[in-house]
Amino acid sequence: MDMTLPAVNWLSVLPTLLLSATGMLALFWDIWIKDDERSLLGWLSLTGIAVTALCSWLLWGQNDVVSFSGMFALDAYALFFNLVFCLVAGLTVLMSLSYLETAEIRHGEYYALILFATVGMTVMAAATDLIFIFLGLETMSIAVYVLAGIWRQHLTSHEAALKYFLLGAFASGFLLYGIALIYGATGSVQLGPIAEHVGTQGSSPLLLLGMGLLIVGFGFKVAAVPFHVWTPDVYQGSPTTVTAFMAVGVKAAAFAAFARIFLHTLGAVHADWQGILWVVAALTMTVGNVTALVQHNIKRMLAYSSIAHAGYLLVAMVAGSDVGGAALLYYLVAYGLMNLGAFGVMVAVGRRGEPHEELDDYAGLGFRYPALGMAMTVFMLSLTGVPPLVGFTGKFYIFSAAVQAGYLWLAVIGALNSVVSAYYYIRVVVNMYMREGGAIVELPSLRSALGVAILIAAIGTVLMGVFPSASMSLAGASFLSLG
Amino acid sequence: MVSLIVFIPLLTAFFLLTLNKNAGELIRRTAFGASLLTFFISLGLFTGFDSETAAFQFVERYAWIREFRIEYSVGVDGISLFLVLLTTFLSPLVILSTWSSVKHRVREYLFFFLILETGMIGTFVAVDVFLFYVFWEVMLIPMYFLIGVWGGERRIYAALKFLLYTMVGSLLMLVAILYLASLHHTQYGTLTFDLLRLYTLEIPVNAQMWLFAAFALSFAIKVPLFPFHTWLPDAHVEAPTGGSVILAGVLLKMGTYGFLRFALPLFPDAAHAAAPLIMALSVVGIVYGALVALVQPDMKKLIAYSSVSHLGFVMLGLFAFNIQGVEGALYQMLGHGLSTGALFLLVGVVYERRHTRLISEYGGLWKQLPLFASVFLITMLSSIGLPGLNGFVGEFLILLGTFQANTLVGAVAVSGVVLGAVYMLRLYQRVVFGPLMQPENANLTDLSRRELAIFVPLIALMLLMGLYPKPFLSRMEKSVEATLARIHKEAAPSTHAMADLTRSRPVLSESVTSE
Repeated sequence: MDMTLPAVNWLSVLPTLLLSATGMLALFWDIWIKDDERSLLGWLSLTGIAVTALCSWLLWGQNDVVSFSGMFALDAYALFFNLVFCLVAGLTVLMSLSYLETAEIRHGEYYALILFATVGMTVMAAATDLIFIFLGLETMSIAVYVLAGIWRQHLTSHEAALKYFLLGAFASGFLLYGIALIYGATGSVQLGPIAEHVGTQGSSPLLLLGMGLLIVGFGFKVAAVPFHVWTPDVYQGSPTTVTAFMAVGVKAAAFAAFARIFLHTLGAVHADWQGILWVVAALTMTVGNVTALVQHNIKRMLAYSSIAHAGYLLVAMVAGSDVGGAALLYYLVAYGLMNLGAFGVMVAVGRRGEPHEELDDYAGLGFRYPALGMAMTVFMLSLTGVPPLVGFTGKFYIFSAAVQAGYLWLAVIGALNSVVSAYYYIRVVVNMYMREGGAIVELPSLRSALGVAILIAAIGTVLMGVFPSASMSLAGASFLSLG
Repeated sequence: MVSLIVFIPLLTAFFLLTLNKNAGELIRRTAFGASLLTFFISLGLFTGFDSETAAFQFVERYAWIREFRIEYSVGVDGISLFLVLLTTFLSPLVILSTWSSVKHRVREYLFFFLILETGMIGTFVAVDVFLFYVFWEVMLIPMYFLIGVWGGERRIYAALKFLLYTMVGSLLMLVAILYLASLHHTQYGTLTFDLLRLYTLEIPVNAQMWLFAAFALSFAIKVPLFPFHTWLPDAHVEAPTGGSVILAGVLLKMGTYGFLRFALPLFPDAAHAAAPLIMALSVVGIVYGALVALVQPDMKKLIAYSSVSHLGFVMLGLFAFNIQGVEGALYQMLGHGLSTGALFLLVGVVYERRHTRLISEYGGLWKQLPLFASVFLITMLSSIGLPGLNGFVGEFLILLGTFQANTLVGAVAVSGVVLGAVYMLRLYQRVVFGPLMQPENANLTDLSRRELAIFVPLIALMLLMGLYPKPFLSRMEKSVEATLARIHKEAAPSTHAMADLTRSRPVLSESVTSE
């Protein structure tokens, strides 16, 4: 039998390859590296991520992007997400440099796993084939399962990993079954032919069932209600930097594939899936926010808040259209910046053996450590959606898309949810500035890398909020590149 | 010029953070200087104001968020001019009062206060609805910190209540704003957040009702209109002196300003439909506020409830939908800002000396504090609307307008004037007259030179506005007429008000074409 290698456009997988190569290099170097030089692995990863980001930026505007017989397309959409993933992974690594030491995590695989997970994410964003998307999803997920459990000294970390793995495997099953049904309904697993089929034939019961199962699978990954129950335990048990990475990176990657399939490929039958997503979005916002109200552990509170934010993102999905898609992309960046920043502050407040995750630990923090307090205030206010921070412009973008698409009530539910969320985000600020005491007696001087990470997040949160135009047009152009 | 006025306080606020936090004197002087400079620049708005036109003046426009055609556009007209001046006038006085009222974390206090000033001025000068919303929300945060950090016993509760109440209203308003913009998209093919263009929308009456409700809720909470007033006494009592002054002096006016600028002219049909309800609530607020004020043992709470009553008058004037009513309302907004601001400062004066706000702890201060008693007397008389002082002009015009609109409502409202005289005179009598009951009060010192410097400008302005209202009213007139013409869209608007409307167009189209 003749085997011919397909003509591959290597340029289109360059970012993915770069990340993979860096990951493997980090893995091998770990065998020889001395224990006290392990942070070098972090800097290596950071370099790899920076090069990938640069390369993604330079590839912007390339037309010849499809490769592997139409299974992979490094279009502006994928490049936009590559930049988001690089930002998330880069900030995570910067934070990890100091966190791994205070949390006493001494496994060189840590950085390699972060990189491999990012590889999976880039595949998810660029794949135009359901099987390929699934491959990316699994690559990412398996790396993250391990990361969740890498805090071996802590039982909660084991619990987090096991819970995430079991439920994640279950969700993968749903996703795969959904793919199979869609293949049955349309005769293809490639997005292009599926879109063509759906465009001419409309929907069928088989397709509906397939879409439903896909929603379950992605709903699990983005932590949408009612597939969210794993989130609080997993987020709370995992090492803080991993939680940040999961809350932002995994969610962004899942939305990348989710939006490409539903908004673009299945756009012709949007009437069939918008109703169910409407309900899921409303539930996700409400359950996430209301449950977050009663949390005293900030990490757990942020876990519920990440559920709520998945709800806002789903509103953008429901709104559909070009505005909705652009709003989704924009909000993912916004959410990434402010959420990573908040987790960064948590890392800074924690100390060896004392994670300082309770609300009471933050009492009086604001006046004792003005810079840290100010940064946390900015992140909390932005998460609430107070102008002129990026959380506000993001919500404005999403609600605007919803209103323009005629989903006025969804926007109203979202607005009321923002009020609910104000209560628990502001409570952090209340503790930092209006209460005295707190468990912290001294703060370890900010490690410079961590400080840089928090600073980048804070500046991004403010600047992208005050001058949103550039990033909005970038998000808009990326979404339009789907065609 | 307008942008300078908006952003000098903000820039100064961030400059303060670079100063050593223990250099209290330097920090105070810097903040005071900056706010005084802002005031002097804003006087240029007053002198350079053209009272012959209803159009926005001193307009500055720049494209801001192109995706939504949102502009940074600011300007003043006869409605916002005096509210800007009120803000820039009160701010340096409040900062002057911090020398004795704020002892710890001075730098942070002034930081938040100056941001608050930027937020307030910005709210009044924004011509773009999105920009207005941004300033409206930005202002919440520093006020929240002022109450929550420097407030009294139950400050956290009061601050959170203030924040959540206001947010409920404003987020629904945001959705309404988005709906307006998208309606403009349907009717004209482009999004816009420009207020003047939104005025031209044809909004179905049914939609108007919902939109008006969303805007009105947000503004009614801020005013506060009965029954949305419950956050106000808490916030006032717990806030530090400066916070109370700004809260009563300026923040409450944002609600009434919002009605006049947005809710009424944007949704005239709904406004007419809702007018009976709102007038009824205003009258209830007038009487209820006055009755509750009558029995308060705490001076700050008394003044807080008197604000509920006074703002009820303002709302009445606005919803009379005639020139007397609306001009009276605007005048009363300024008058209330001065007199209630001064009252809170006066409470601050005795509170700093005795650390109590209970009326029963005072009495017979006349002898010990003659200057204080005189200032208090004039302020109190201005608050109850004695002819010759600012309060009278506003109240008189409002009642005149109200009687034209609805005799019954006017008649009930008059009882509020009487009740207002009762609780204010009783307060004055129990604090100032009578024998000296408490021995601690025997050694109190009278107003210092710095305190006099705070009150003299206030008193002077109260007299000026009471005796010679013409320069104020004449500048308001055209803008008020133009707004009324929008409110009475269906009725034939008076001819020259129409001319103003058309005159405001060229300003708009010029800048559009220049883009």
